[in-house]
Amino acid sequence: MTEAEVDTRIRALIEPFNKKGVEISAATTFANDLEFDSLTVMDFVAEIEDEFDIIISMNQQAEIENYGLLVSAVHKLQDS
Amino acid sequence: MTDTVTAPAGDLFSKFDDIIQTRETLLASGVEDPYNLVMEKVLSPTRAICNGRDTILLGTYNYMGMTFDPDVLEAGKQALADYGSGTTGSRVLNGTFQGHKECEDALREFYGMDHAMVFSTGYQANLGIISTIAGKGDYVILDIDSHASIYDGCAMGNAEIVPFRHNNVEALEKRLRRIPEGAGKLVILEGVYSMMGDVAPLKEMVAVSKKYGAMVLVDEAHSMGFIGENGRGVAEEQGVMDDCDFIIGTFSKSVGTVGGFCVSNHPKFDIMRLVCRPYVFTASLPPSVVATSATSIRKLMHGSNKRAHLWENSKTLHKGLRDLGFDIGTPEAQSAIIAVIMPDLQQGAMMWEALLKEGLYVNLARPPATPAGMTLLRCSLCAEHSAEEVQTILQMFERAGKAVGIIS
Repeated sequence: MTEAEVDTRIRALIEPFNKKGVEISAATTFANDLEFDSLTVMDFVAEIEDEFDIIISMNQQAEIENYGLLVSAVHKLQDS
Repeated sequence: MTDTVTAPAGDLFSKFDDIIQTRETLLASGVEDPYNLVMEKVLSPTRAICNGRDTILLGTYNYMGMTFDPDVLEAGKQALADYGSGTTGSRVLNGTFQGHKECEDALREFYGMDHAMVFSTGYQANLGIISTIAGKGDYVILDIDSHASIYDGCAMGNAEIVPFRHNNVEALEKRLRRIPEGAGKLVILEGVYSMMGDVAPLKEMVAVSKKYGAMVLVDEAHSMGFIGENGRGVAEEQGVMDDCDFIIGTFSKSVGTVGGFCVSNHPKFDIMRLVCRPYVFTASLPPSVVATSATSIRKLMHGSNKRAHLWENSKTLHKGLRDLGFDIGTPEAQSAIIAVIMPDLQQGAMMWEALLKEGLYVNLARPPATPAGMTLLRCSLCAEHSAEEVQTILQMFERAGKAVGIIS
């Protein structure tokens, strides 16, 4: 799957979590722009893990601060 | 960060500004600080003088009421006289006394397991065991609602940490299935979760963990002494003790002292005494504490009458509070913890204070310690609460709840 395809699928998954309708760009941060709390992060990560059949450990999550980093991390994980 | 605080640049305390602000707002509304309560005199496992008032204790985790047991107190006094006030040393140097061995013997007997290792607190038991056994390249799969000591044990180690939705067997299995072939796996579960007082489906979860070749650690801090035929916890109650690789527990709940432990049947378990840093690099428990603990553990083995009475108390309080119109964390009484859900922090703090003025002490629990941002009034029952006391507690909840406007 290309990075663009990963991007499209994650965009669809993030929609129900994007309560304030923030415009998503690579620089959009989860903590500040999207205001995800820890429970929302867990639910959102679980959706992505199920969609791509991967594991994103908490150690990896700590490095993924914005949307762009998430797309590239998932792209890398689903290829490995 | 709040805009009202003018801290100099580089003030490392700036990161706490939001918490400082929340606390100040709460105290400005006139409620007493729930975290500043001092018990001036402790009268029994269920009563103390707080702010000059005779108060029923309903937030102590002293489930089996062992803190004033005459045999326990006598053992402690004797150990103080015979061995002195402290060990001044680590277990691996000068810190292992006869009492530590006897305490570990009591634990092995209590759980029917081959090995037992005593730590200075329950927190350190989780910190030590988890960070030591799960290393680089290994995976720790844990319930999202796990205790802070479990998360801190994970943070201190080098394993990959994978949380799953609370008590969800399917979510656990999905994660186990995705872990790379050959990687070491440790699943961490709790028998009773302390915030809501709910019990884990250990039977299913341990079975799934074993199916995927994972080792299983169960923290039974809130079930020891009370749940299970012999008080060994939820793993005993659900018949999966033999499949648990490690049981972690504490002395500061049912045992009524302070300390932590891990029991295991793993043949190589004793190497932990040399490689587990929170065991090696800290002073061991004082002789009086291991003596009181060992005596208490041995008495807990024969505590079936107390267990029966505690179940009665728990069920009566749960039903009574529900009938009054309170929202409770579990649909029925599952443990000795009854979590009463408050509408918000402000009303929770007001209710906590109203109860204290009635002469009842409970725990106010708030985020981030609680799941889903809830504010809880957490009640923990004791086998020494009389049936009449439980009725008195319900009347206090009724009056306080109506005064604050949480129930009608």
